[in-house]
Amino acid sequence: MPWKTPEDRLYTKTDEWVMLDGQSALIGITDYAQDQLSDIVYLELPTIDESFSKDDIFATVESVKAAADVNMPVMAKITEVNNDLEDQPELINLEPYEGAWFVKIDVQDVSQVEELMDASTYADYCDSRSS
Amino acid sequence: MNISDNIAEPTVYELSSPGRSGVTLPEPDVPVEELPTDIVRDDLDLPELTQLDVIRHFQSLSQLNHSIDSGFYPLGSCTMKYNPRVNEDAARLAGFMHSHPLQDVNTVQGNLALMYELQEWLKEIGGFAAVTLQPAAGAHGELTGIMMMRDYHLSRGDNARRKILIPDSAHGTNPASTTMSGLEVIELPSDARGNVDLDALKSECGEDIVGLMITNPNTLGLFEEQIEEVVKTVRECGGLIYGDGANMNALTGIVRPGDIGFDVMHYNLHKTFSTPHGGGGPGSGPVGVSERLVDFLPTPIIEIVEQGNDQDPPLYGFASPKHTIGRMKAFNGQFGVLVRAYTYIRIHGATGLRSNSEHAVLNANYLRSKVQDVYHLPYDRACLHEFVVEGRWSDAPEIHALDISKRLMDFGFHPPTNYFPLIVHEALMIEPTETESRETLDKFANALIQIADEARNNPELLLTAPHVTPSARMDEVQAARQLVLCCRPSYLSDPQYVNS
Repeated sequence: MPWKTPEDRLYTKTDEWVMLDGQSALIGITDYAQDQLSDIVYLELPTIDESFSKDDIFATVESVKAAADVNMPVMAKITEVNNDLEDQPELINLEPYEGAWFVKIDVQDVSQVEELMDASTYADYCDSRSS
Repeated sequence: MNISDNIAEPTVYELSSPGRSGVTLPEPDVPVEELPTDIVRDDLDLPELTQLDVIRHFQSLSQLNHSIDSGFYPLGSCTMKYNPRVNEDAARLAGFMHSHPLQDVNTVQGNLALMYELQEWLKEIGGFAAVTLQPAAGAHGELTGIMMMRDYHLSRGDNARRKILIPDSAHGTNPASTTMSGLEVIELPSDARGNVDLDALKSECGEDIVGLMITNPNTLGLFEEQIEEVVKTVRECGGLIYGDGANMNALTGIVRPGDIGFDVMHYNLHKTFSTPHGGGGPGSGPVGVSERLVDFLPTPIIEIVEQGNDQDPPLYGFASPKHTIGRMKAFNGQFGVLVRAYTYIRIHGATGLRSNSEHAVLNANYLRSKVQDVYHLPYDRACLHEFVVEGRWSDAPEIHALDISKRLMDFGFHPPTNYFPLIVHEALMIEPTETESRETLDKFANALIQIADEARNNPELLLTAPHVTPSARMDEVQAARQLVLCCRPSYLSDPQYVNS
């Protein structure tokens, strides 16, 4: 399956993407994640100024098939929340990498960025999971 | 939008006509007492229908429904077992039906005797030291079990245990019960054969573990091949074993979970002992425990308080375990459901119960072998009472498990469970149960095989299914995004009513 994995960002094993811009970053879930979940019907987002450690659950998405936790890829503090998504969860299916960013964060531990996957590694990782 | 635009039967509110009535109440034979004026109102918008209107309405709704009495219902994990009619005969015996939980125990000795005997049988069937009949459903039984496990550790001064280990194939109720008990869930991955990953288990086990919650056979319908090693590993770190008894219908009369080392297990009476699934209840989830947890059972349990002799039967009554977690349910559980389960066990006896398990396993394996060349079986092993296949093919990419399920409805079958367990892509979870004939299983297998062919040659037929049901395909996505949970009578939107 040809899932989109844009080159301009980094990826986690739990299918989140991170687009870095200096000390700040946008976080969302990947094309593979939205495809596995199918139609997303509901999500819960954090609030501004909340802090999370790496791998903490910071959001929950619910589809007609399942509910899934969304994990924070690096230690971070929330600086912006995409509240439009709560009214239009379908955006996550339609444009996971554009309009459907979940939160903007201030990265608290830059060293953790090195543990994330680049686009081609992540694309291989997606292929390895589809039988 | 009028709800009836899309549904073949109008609601009772739409059928209502002012002044119609279904019953004539008799003159009161006690002094009339006025209700407090602040709770009396004359604007209550109740539907007004004749008795015949009501009968036809519900008869029509029941005919729109699919049930085990109308057709094959292979809904995996749910165990849509046939409910033998003799269960209903027993539950309707006047002595059971008209008794009240506040009656003096001396006047309900028969009820208590039945409950006591059912406790004894469930002890024997599961290999447990004691049983409570209180929990009102399987998940309520889980909560009961986890609370006992937590209190067991606390009573020993072992206060650091906060985590429950749960495999990724588990029912969603397992993490929910854990969280409700204030404990933390640690998810364990499955290995390539569909068992709990033993290495992951070993690396998570430690002195902060309350215990493991495990379903055996698991939700893939597979027996945990290393169950003894799993139990030993959890024991060694001081943890307890919770068995989710949801799949006990595969093992009854063959394996006793208590013998494997399970400390606590709930039974789902509707799955293993043929009580009705009901329309949302009542359920019943008795819990069996090992010696370690006997003192923590909910209060009360039924006991013989005075032994009988040649002339007199024993006297049954209530007892409170020493370190009880308290009461989990008002009165004595769902008594009517207990009567049905008791009847089922009594009618079948030990041999019959074992035979039912064997036939459930045989039927599932028969179906599996018929369809597994056409539907990918991700864990290719003999199954127990159910099996899980993938509802997708690389040469029919637009077809999903949901489309296959909708198309099955055209053949008169209830679809299998979709998208569970989560560890299988596009999961179709099939559980035929023990009572289906070979002819029915063949018809179902042939329908699945035909649908697989249609998926390649006429995919539109699947994408637009179902075609022969009273309603065409529902927009499940919109229904989930814009929740409308009831057809609101007009008075509910009246601000005066809302404000009061």
